[in-house]
Amino acid sequence: MNLAQVVQYCLSGVTVGSVYAVVAIGFNIIYSTTGIINFAQGEFLIVGAMTAISLSRVVPLPIAVLLAVLVTTVVGGLVERVFIRRVRDASILRLIVITIGVSILLREGMLHVWDEKVRSLPYFSGTEVSSISLLGAHISPQVLWVLGVCAVIVAGLTLFFRFTLTGRAMRACADDRMAARLCGINDSWMVTLSFMLSAAIGALAGCVISPVTQTQYDMGAPLAIKGFTVAILGGLGNSMAAVVAGLLLGLLETFMVSQMAVAYKEAVSIVVLLLVLVFRPSGLFNRREVSALRTAP
Amino acid sequence: MTGPRRYWPVVAAAILVVTLQIALSVCDAAYYMTQITMSAYYALVVIGLCLLMGYAGQASLGHAGFFAVGGYTSAVLTTCNLVAWRDTAPIAWCRSLGLVFERQDLYGRAVLAFSPWPALVAALVVTGLIALLIGLPVIRLRGHYLAMATLGFGLIIYRIVLGAQTLGQADGISSVPPFRLIAALQVNGRPLYRVQNYYIAWAVVLVVMVLAINLVHSRIGRALRSIHQNEDAAHSLGVNTYRCKLATFVLSALLAALGGVLLTHYNGSIGPSEVTVMKSVRYVAIVAVGGMANLWGAMLMGILLNFLSLRGVFGTYDDAVFGAILIAMMLFAPQGVLRIPGRRAFSSVLAGRSHD
Repeated sequence: MNLAQVVQYCLSGVTVGSVYAVVAIGFNIIYSTTGIINFAQGEFLIVGAMTAISLSRVVPLPIAVLLAVLVTTVVGGLVERVFIRRVRDASILRLIVITIGVSILLREGMLHVWDEKVRSLPYFSGTEVSSISLLGAHISPQVLWVLGVCAVIVAGLTLFFRFTLTGRAMRACADDRMAARLCGINDSWMVTLSFMLSAAIGALAGCVISPVTQTQYDMGAPLAIKGFTVAILGGLGNSMAAVVAGLLLGLLETFMVSQMAVAYKEAVSIVVLLLVLVFRPSGLFNRREVSALRTAP
Repeated sequence: MTGPRRYWPVVAAAILVVTLQIALSVCDAAYYMTQITMSAYYALVVIGLCLLMGYAGQASLGHAGFFAVGGYTSAVLTTCNLVAWRDTAPIAWCRSLGLVFERQDLYGRAVLAFSPWPALVAALVVTGLIALLIGLPVIRLRGHYLAMATLGFGLIIYRIVLGAQTLGQADGISSVPPFRLIAALQVNGRPLYRVQNYYIAWAVVLVVMVLAINLVHSRIGRALRSIHQNEDAAHSLGVNTYRCKLATFVLSALLAALGGVLLTHYNGSIGPSEVTVMKSVRYVAIVAVGGMANLWGAMLMGILLNFLSLRGVFGTYDDAVFGAILIAMMLFAPQGVLRIPGRRAFSSVLAGRSHD
């Protein structure tokens, strides 16, 4: 493998890895405030991308993406309001089973709205054949979009959780919900907000990755599995570690695919998941399972 | 329920099975029996999952994967053609033990393949090992980890099935031979064998039910229930909670594989549609409707809902119906629809106990 190939694989690994990281952060946000693993997290990406694809036929691309993010945010909020809030005192397992049901309903809903066709958003800049040369490797400008948007999402969330009142209130809820409530924080709104936030970043990630990987109604579950692997790898609730873990998994997956059949690509992440669960269930970065949403390192 | 009283439902079910068969034959609607037979094999998966979810308190989203591992292992072993190696030592040895048998395929070519019995054993061993491999690390952790790990396992199996040449990729494996049990009894999907297979399937289901009921009322069953009520208390009283849960997980995977093997021989084929995540979720939904820790509820719902689905009652909303059922049950009736009011259910995973 020469240098150009290595660069090529690295970039492609980092691209998918950053999307996994965003999915993992979505898991983390909801996990931190509620303790739920939201199985519908992968579906948020697909809902976002599909909505943007449909809207991009009538409005310019940036507006389509913006509207898609808004729509998905509303969907995320509705999921919490309609399904989760009703039984919020139930056991975690019951809540998780509900999110499984929600993911099925979203997927089947999408199947009936957008059928089985593989679709994709147009490239944000340039076309599918335009490429930028870098150290002998050729990358699509869309890769830069993916990396940029994911970086903005991570940076934005960090700032949000550190410096805004709402962000701090959410962290307070994650630390100790009862104490937060006693301080006058509207904790049930914070839970709704965490679902909306997860849905929003998911939708945005779904939109930027759509031109590269394309979008089909049932692509949510594999994404969710990888996002979960990444979240566990970084330690549940630790979003900064999730970014590192996401890039790691992305690179690992890409280099493995270069060595073996594409069909077994999915196997890489589940093997990683099982290995992590065996040896380091609290994550690579040696934090115990924190329920706090500490995005700062 | 103590003593023989707990077996009354088995007798009632057996009478019901016979009555139903006679009624269907008299009404000239014998074709329903085909779907009932298939549903019965799916019900095996559901019974296993019910033990796991209702009694061991762990959710699995990969039971379609175990079903497929069983079905595909058996299908591969009974359709692989060993004629080219007929005279090599291992095959000759297998022949002398009666592990392989010769038949002719559709085109009259000689096919030498493993017999269904050794294939069944192999399928169960493979499934058991895989379940052990997943369960060993994951069961130790509480809560949702098993659900995610098994979901991932299911997805891998799906990819492997679609990608591997020997597994027929998207076409699956067809022309799987009938499963000759003993003498004239065989698991065979031909209309000629319909009534016979109806009874074979029900016999298997009822035997498994009796075993499951015994298990639930045994030492292990009591241990599992105590884990449910309070895992730490059970642990401090000397219950090996880890081993109990692991054993239940492996057992439920084995039941899924058994269902897979029998249905594959009954249908004469198996394909990737058996392995989708939706199939796994469907089994979870059925257990939820049955009432989690309710074996009879799970079995009846397993047969009823699979039967309706196989008849195509739900049309294109097949999967959506099961998703909706799952949510509705969890939101409004976590004890299942068959719960008799006033009778306290043994314990439910979902009865307001946090797992974290």
